[in-house]
Amino acid sequence: VIRILDAGPLTTIQDTGRVGQLRFAIPPSGPVDRRAFVIANRLAGNADNAAGLECTLMGPRFEAQAVCAMAVTGATMPVTVNGAQAPAWATIALKAGDVVKLGAAKSGVRAYVAFSGGIDVPVVLGSRATYVRGRLGGLDGRALKRDDVLKLLPVTAPAPARRTREVPEYTNEAELRVVIGLQADRFTKDGIAALLGNPYEMLPQSDRMGARLKGPKIDHVKGHDIISDGIPFGGIQVPGDGQPIVLLVDRQSTGGYTKVATVCSFDIPRLAQVKPGGRVTFRAIEVAEAHSLSREDAVSLARAVMEGP
Amino acid sequence: VRFVPAGDLAVSVEFDETISVGVNTSVRALDYLIGAKGVDGLLETVPSFRALLVYYDPAQTSYDALCDTLRALAAQSDSAVLPPPRQVELPCCYDDPELGFDLAGAAARLALSLEEVVTLHTGFEYLIYFVGFTPGLPYMDSPERLTIARLDTPRTKTPPGSVSIGGAQCCIYPLDSPGGFWVLGRTPLKLYDPGAAEPTLLRAGDRVRFRRIDRAEFDAIAAAVEARTYRPVIR
Repeated sequence: VIRILDAGPLTTIQDTGRVGQLRFAIPPSGPVDRRAFVIANRLAGNADNAAGLECTLMGPRFEAQAVCAMAVTGATMPVTVNGAQAPAWATIALKAGDVVKLGAAKSGVRAYVAFSGGIDVPVVLGSRATYVRGRLGGLDGRALKRDDVLKLLPVTAPAPARRTREVPEYTNEAELRVVIGLQADRFTKDGIAALLGNPYEMLPQSDRMGARLKGPKIDHVKGHDIISDGIPFGGIQVPGDGQPIVLLVDRQSTGGYTKVATVCSFDIPRLAQVKPGGRVTFRAIEVAEAHSLSREDAVSLARAVMEGP
Repeated sequence: VRFVPAGDLAVSVEFDETISVGVNTSVRALDYLIGAKGVDGLLETVPSFRALLVYYDPAQTSYDALCDTLRALAAQSDSAVLPPPRQVELPCCYDDPELGFDLAGAAARLALSLEEVVTLHTGFEYLIYFVGFTPGLPYMDSPERLTIARLDTPRTKTPPGSVSIGGAQCCIYPLDSPGGFWVLGRTPLKLYDPGAAEPTLLRAGDRVRFRRIDRAEFDAIAAAVEARTYRPVIR
């Protein structure tokens, strides 16, 4: 059992997300940085889809009320256990009464906390992920607050000590690979060249629904309205002001604005960690290359975690 | 049909670029065939007016194999493959200006009486093209005579359950949201209820009719909905 002493500005319970509900316009939710989330679970001895915490910019403070293993990944938030520094990207053993604190993010935006067993909240439409706008899933469909109590599912064996081979460096800049479309023909040549040739700045209004970016205008050929259609994960919507919005895990299922390109799923984790004021650039690739990079990404994730303290 | 990649996890299957019952029927027929036959590596689908967004796992299928399978199914995608649609009756109160606050304005704009607008609106069977944007929001067609330009100034808040028209469409707002449609009335039913076993009431392909109710019945149904004792009429 985990008791929340301070929740931080936006801490939610997430698992790998809801599948099959977009047709009812219920988004998948889940972690924005899926890679860091999955690694946290593996470090805590869990299956990839066990429910853990996503913490935004500033971490929570909580008390473990029983023995468990824990791991923190993602944004660099200094971790302390009873005031003593503890490692991120590695298994941490907790005993009853230990107080854990995650500080403000030095780099990155979203940190993940996994507990052995995973958080036990009701499964809603196949997932424990929180969709705050729709008041669905997680703990009463909301972000955590002080005095919340999180039960953990039982574990069959204690989690062995593990760590990662590498710790990612969040430099606040990211090159994102995109596949052009769905409505590339609705943009001028110069518009697409602007997207691919310039950095775009992350705006503070960005959230789990979409990353709002600012930079050179991406010009349309004839208006920005389309017959509403489905918005893919990573879809880059460009409304009339010519400024791109990359749609993320809590996105609307469909929309009526033109989409210039789609960010590849394996690059969303890096986008997820760019702070407001940070910069992203875009590079166009073909689908075949995207799939070959996706396989490489899966291989690298499979070997990210190693045994031993 | 045309296949347009949407990143590494989805492909958009696109039919004619127009809003029509015929084109949308092809989309829903393809969606239905995919569900009925099963397609390797396919994760979920999102129908809209003229396109079906297909999410897949690239570790389980190649893009070309997926498109080949979808192309073969699209060739059979017409109304004949679809099962009979669900018929949904939605109670709607038009007779209280507090609920249908744009009814008089819409009637004036359409050069119709209030009664004529309500008669036209309740006398039509609506097709749900798809559910999209926010949880449970139905995109529907509308009687031709009720085609109306959207509000000059969209309002910032529209109460949940607002039954409204704009362009050649009818729409119901599941959540408090901004909107540019004319609100003719309100249904006491919840189109999205996160606490329910099935949080969304409506689905793509449903046929909807509105039943005119007075304010007293509106309040009674609203109370029953709140108490979770109301059963919507779905055939």
